[in-house]
This record gives sequence, C-alpha cells and structure tokens, in this order.
Amino acid sequence: MGFISRGFRGRPRDEGVKLPPGQYLVHDFPVLSAGPTPRVPLDRWEFAIDTEDGKTHRWSWQELMALPSETPTVDLHCVTKWSKLGTAWKGVSLDTLFADVESSAEYALVYSYGGYTTNLPVEDLLDGKAWITYEFDGEELAPAHGGPARLLVPHLYLWKSAKWVQGIRLLNEDWPGFWETAGYHNYGDPWREQRYQGD
Amino acid sequence: MTEPEQDSYQDGNALAGPLREIFAVDVTAALGQCVHCGLSGPIASLRVYGPGPGMVARCPGCEEVVLRLVRGPDSAWLDMRGTVNLRIPLPG
Ligand SMILES: [Zn+2]
Repeated sequence: MGFISRGFRGRPRDEGVKLPPGQYLVHDFPVLSAGPTPRVPLDRWEFAIDTEDGKTHRWSWQELMALPSETPTVDLHCVTKWSKLGTAWKGVSLDTLFADVESSAEYALVYSYGGYTTNLPVEDLLDGKAWITYEFDGEELAPAHGGPARLLVPHLYLWKSAKWVQGIRLLNEDWPGFWETAGYHNYGDPWREQRYQGD
Repeated sequence: MTEPEQDSYQDGNALAGPLREIFAVDVTAALGQCVHCGLSGPIASLRVYGPGPGMVARCPGCEEVVLRLVRGPDSAWLDMRGTVNLRIPLPG
C-alpha cells in the first residue's frame, strides 16, 4: 500500500472561516444577471433620494465624487449560496448622502437603471452599514458588477446590493422589490438563512 | 476587470424543463403577448436570463420582463404579470 495523499486543503486564508449557513466559499466573482446590462454615460448619470413628502435630493457623478469616500472591506453572501470574503470597495456612505435628507420613513425601495428594484428598511442603510460604491479592488466598477455605481449592503444577501443604482425612494409602507415579489425573502439576512418567503 | 462583449441569455426553450414541472402542457409552444409593447410570440422566443437567482424571461421586442420563475427547495414561484395571456395549443 502506498501512502494516502492528504490532498489539496485549500488556501491558508480559507481555514477557520465561518460562513453563514448553507454557503460555500468562492474566490472568483460570479456574475448573475436578470436582464441586459445598462450602460449609463457618466455625464447623464445621477443618483437621487426621494422622500415620502415628494422632495428629491440629487447628485451628479461629479457631485458624488466630491463627497468624502470610504473604503470598506466586506464579505459578500449571494442567495445562490456562494460567499466571497474580504472584498475591497470604495464609495460614499449612505450616512453622508442622508445627512441633509429630512424623512421619518421606515422603508426604502432602491431602484436601478434597467428597472431593477429591491426593498429594505431605512435603518439597514444607515449607521455605517451601506455605501454607494464606484470602485472594486482598486479599479472602477465594471458594468457587469453594477458600475458605474452600485449599492453595497453587505449584511444582507447580495441581491439587496442593487447594481446600477439610480435612487432610493423613501416610503411609509413597505414595497417589495424585484426578487421580493418573486418568492425571495423580504429581508434576506444570510446568518438567519432568509432565502425564500417563509424562511 | 474584463466584461463580456454581449449580455448572455438563452432562448425561451430554456424554460421547457422548469415549466414542465408545473404545467402538464409544454408552455414554450404557447403564444404569449407582452404587456409592455403588445408583441405576440411563442414563449420559446423570449430571452431568458438566469437561472440564478431565478429565471427572468424578457420580451425580444422591448426587453421588459414577461415571466419570472423562482425555484425554491419546496416551492416554485411563477410571476406572469408581463403577459396579457397565454394561448396554449390543445388537441381538438
Ligand atoms: Zn415587449
């Protein structure tokens, strides 16, 4: 008998990693698409926050770039079960964008170029939990990954981190978004494995 | 990062297997009409994105969503709000 190979044990950084239930680790960055990739020229790009009183706050690309940026390094968890750890982003905190927004709305509907929507509680966008990102891994964010700008809400499943983000509508009642009206969970906490309605 | 030259989608025949699980007839042969632009055509002519997180079938005329299918472990969700109706050929 020969010796028994211990086999490939994975990269050292994979050891001791704790993932949310049902997730597996990937090192590439899979692209999932629900439609054609929108191409938004930066001179026509804008981001808006629409309040429940009908007031709209707008930022052009230049105005977004002029705001103080942050460089969060976060773990991503996709509802299709892959997780990618330690991803490096650059963007503007939603706390910065909400600084002058007067609102008492509890719900947000995020909408994107191309028609995608996703909903989440306003409190999940604030207190350092969410960003409008425009760089990934030191490079401008590619259209396939949501560029020019993407919402990043890493504590929820990745479908909440809307690609090609165009705006956030603040609402007094919850308004389920694209996947939330097609069987996926309304909140989507990966650590509680809230994948589908009823989970 | 590199990006694909063209968005990748399959034609509506990709829905044949997943929909056979729900319907007794082959729905890909049925004629559907798009709510958004009125275009009529067989379900097999739709542009299907996915399969994850769900299959999203879009109109080849206007690219709006005609049909969505999400398959969970013990349920499927079928959203057909983008179709005016389905005309399903049946034996006479
Ligand atoms: Zn159409």
